[in-house]
Amino acid sequence: MRRKIYMAAGANTISMGTGRKEFNPKKERPGLEYYINEAGKGVLAQITDPEAIDETVIGNFMSGRFNKQAHLGGFAATIHPALQYKPSHSVEGACASGGLALMAGIRSVLAETAEAVLAIGVEVQNTVKAIYGADILAGAGWFQKRKQGHAYFFPGQFSDRAGVYYERYGYDYSRAGMRQWFVNAMENARLDPTAQEYHNNTADLAALYDSMKPNGKSFVDHLNVLDCSKVSDGASGIIIASEEGLRRLGISKADAVEVAAFAQLTRNITEDPADPASLTTIGRTAALALSRAGITTGQLGTIETHDCFSIAGLLAVEALGFVKAGEGAAFVAEGRTSRNGDIPMNTTGGLIGWGHPTGGTGVHQVVTIWQQLTGKAGAAQLNIPEQKPYGMTINMGGDDVTVVSLVLKQV
Amino acid sequence: MTYDERLQHVSVLGAAGKMGSGILLLTAVEMADLSLKPENKGKRFVLNAIDLSDDGLAGLMDYLRAQVLKVAEKKAVWLRQMYSDRSDLIENGEIIEQYIQDVLRMVRPTTAMEVAYRSNLIFEAVSENKDLKIKILSQIDRNNPNQAWYFTNTSSVPIHLIEEGAGLKGRVLGFHFYNPPAVQRLVELIVTPNTLPETRQFALDYAKALKKVVVPSNDFAGFIGNGHFMRDALFGINTALGLANEMPLPQAIYIVNKISQDYLVRPMGIFQLIDYVGVDVVQFIMQVMNPFLANEDLHSDLLDRMMTIGVKGGQFSSGAQKDGFLKYDKGAITAVYDPDKQEYIAIETFAAAANEWMGTMPEGFVPWKNAIRIADKDSHFKAWFGLLKQSNSKSAKLAIAYGKNSDAIGRKLVTDGVANNTDDVNTVMLTGFFHAYGPVNEYFS
Repeated sequence: MRRKIYMAAGANTISMGTGRKEFNPKKERPGLEYYINEAGKGVLAQITDPEAIDETVIGNFMSGRFNKQAHLGGFAATIHPALQYKPSHSVEGACASGGLALMAGIRSVLAETAEAVLAIGVEVQNTVKAIYGADILAGAGWFQKRKQGHAYFFPGQFSDRAGVYYERYGYDYSRAGMRQWFVNAMENARLDPTAQEYHNNTADLAALYDSMKPNGKSFVDHLNVLDCSKVSDGASGIIIASEEGLRRLGISKADAVEVAAFAQLTRNITEDPADPASLTTIGRTAALALSRAGITTGQLGTIETHDCFSIAGLLAVEALGFVKAGEGAAFVAEGRTSRNGDIPMNTTGGLIGWGHPTGGTGVHQVVTIWQQLTGKAGAAQLNIPEQKPYGMTINMGGDDVTVVSLVLKQV
Repeated sequence: MTYDERLQHVSVLGAAGKMGSGILLLTAVEMADLSLKPENKGKRFVLNAIDLSDDGLAGLMDYLRAQVLKVAEKKAVWLRQMYSDRSDLIENGEIIEQYIQDVLRMVRPTTAMEVAYRSNLIFEAVSENKDLKIKILSQIDRNNPNQAWYFTNTSSVPIHLIEEGAGLKGRVLGFHFYNPPAVQRLVELIVTPNTLPETRQFALDYAKALKKVVVPSNDFAGFIGNGHFMRDALFGINTALGLANEMPLPQAIYIVNKISQDYLVRPMGIFQLIDYVGVDVVQFIMQVMNPFLANEDLHSDLLDRMMTIGVKGGQFSSGAQKDGFLKYDKGAITAVYDPDKQEYIAIETFAAAANEWMGTMPEGFVPWKNAIRIADKDSHFKAWFGLLKQSNSKSAKLAIAYGKNSDAIGRKLVTDGVANNTDDVNTVMLTGFFHAYGPVNEYFS
């Protein structure tokens, strides 16, 4: 990269929805504006001079339908008057919208049109029942295929992927991996007060998982609801800055992480995946990010990967090259991705445990990596070994269509 | 006539009422689902919603739309398959809206009873008045050439009297839903000696399609559910009146209500249940049942007094309780009616005295809403009622006497030939009244 890029001052709202004690679907709740503001103000609380923010980028997927509100760039100045009459826009790439917001910010700083960018990712989805939310989220696929798709469209897509995986590698073997992925998600979420499953206190998570057999009559054939990410209202924000930007904002380098590399690839949305049991776009994007950073997976201290469904977690492990195709289930079942394993993944719960405010997830992922690499993760804090000073994010939009991957490094 | 053909032309009498609207909803959904089957495409299904009240029918259609929406949302997976040939319906929202449209299109709200002359099946949910029921059903049957079947929702009138009075030999049965029909899983099925086997079989198939639990009851006024509830209610009322010799009546009512709820671990106390059903309804059903009972007087002067004053209980259309014996604020009981003073007496004015009379509850109390989730309920209730039996408190003794009486009512329903066995009695109380344990048990002996 032509200049060093840093990220700092990350902030998350609570991921609100089922699982949180304070969530009541029948009562009126804060809207989109509240979440943008909370995340933005959480970032601003960590800097000395808001005037030093040159630009705002907001990642969001479907506020036009969930909230009947588009044009989110216009909300930047509601965070702070210093953002009035400055560049601000929103970007969309389905559930990778947050990742794309980060990309836009990085490019602005690289292009030297900004020294510091505020990136926010937001989605407020509990405005409609899940059955209608499924219609809205289906927009991440090709609409021409909506008619033949499942009522719960994306669970249906990943259920099909899981079905192929079961057929190829065995049902019980596969479910054991998916079960452990779910258990890890809950146990990690309990360590982060902003996580949607923070209040989770199920004593025997594995038994709960086993008790809920996938049922195609009421949901999808090959997944139960515990295999799925949450329906969430939430936002995250972070600063993207040059060295000069950090100085102007009053952020010490010790409180920042360096962007070692970024990559973003997109595959043809009108084509079905070449192999349902493989996430090829994730594999390619992650490999590109690693090669640009000049590192191997062995140097990663932690990864945040896009587990919209537990099966996507297993397939990501394989796509990243930790194991061969079909061995992801065993890798996860053995605890290798748990917080005490050799490559801790989704250490604040991921999309299944922390929550999945779709357009906000990409930003939440980097906030978690930033927290882990700067020692700000609280009860969820990992011990990052000296020889593994890197963290990685994988943010996926649609069915392995748009993928953003960042490699971040301790300063 | 097949099951599907039978349900192609149906009428519900009293469709805007509390029970009728639920029966209409369930039948409309069942008919719509049949109409979506490939073999039924193109066939016309008609459901007449007949009621005397224009306002009621307008409200019924609003209720129907709101309820069908909920039904459709729950079975969207299935609906997507049913509408897979409709290329214009793509999103769940569009499919759900089409389903609502298809249900409502079948339903014909009307005040004109004549439309029932063309039906194959007629549900009757008009007032609990034997003569009115007979008058309406005989008029329809005289003009209906289809040898229609009649399902009456009466909870108290013997079916054979309707059969004889309306001249419906073999073509009528009691299909007694519990309130509200859309939620309650229990149906009491009552046949007469003449009821056609195919009519009974259809009733069982229809109940199964609606996912109802069917309990057969013999044809005695009140059947099993009211047979137990009315006697249980009268026991509660008389117990309170007895206590009122040593304390003001509102305090006595409060104590009996509390003991019948907490100590007996029921979803609500007996006076709250009377209010919920309606003081008017309870008085009326007792009146209907009483002439058929030998050696028993199912009647309460206190209910008559309440009705004369005009305190009736019942429910708002939202399901919230109207004030009756008890006064409610957002579901919580705040005061008790004093028929002498004709006003509500706030609980706090006598709570201390009532609590002193009742004494402290034994340790180990689990309220009903938690008790129903206990895996081994039998052991739990054995232990709990065992504690009550050992206690010397007046409240525990009252609770045990109450439980014994409830048990005796249950057993008498079997010896009187109303229920075939005590299991059926228990199923009715567990399913229709949401009790946590059946009234016939060994806990109180």
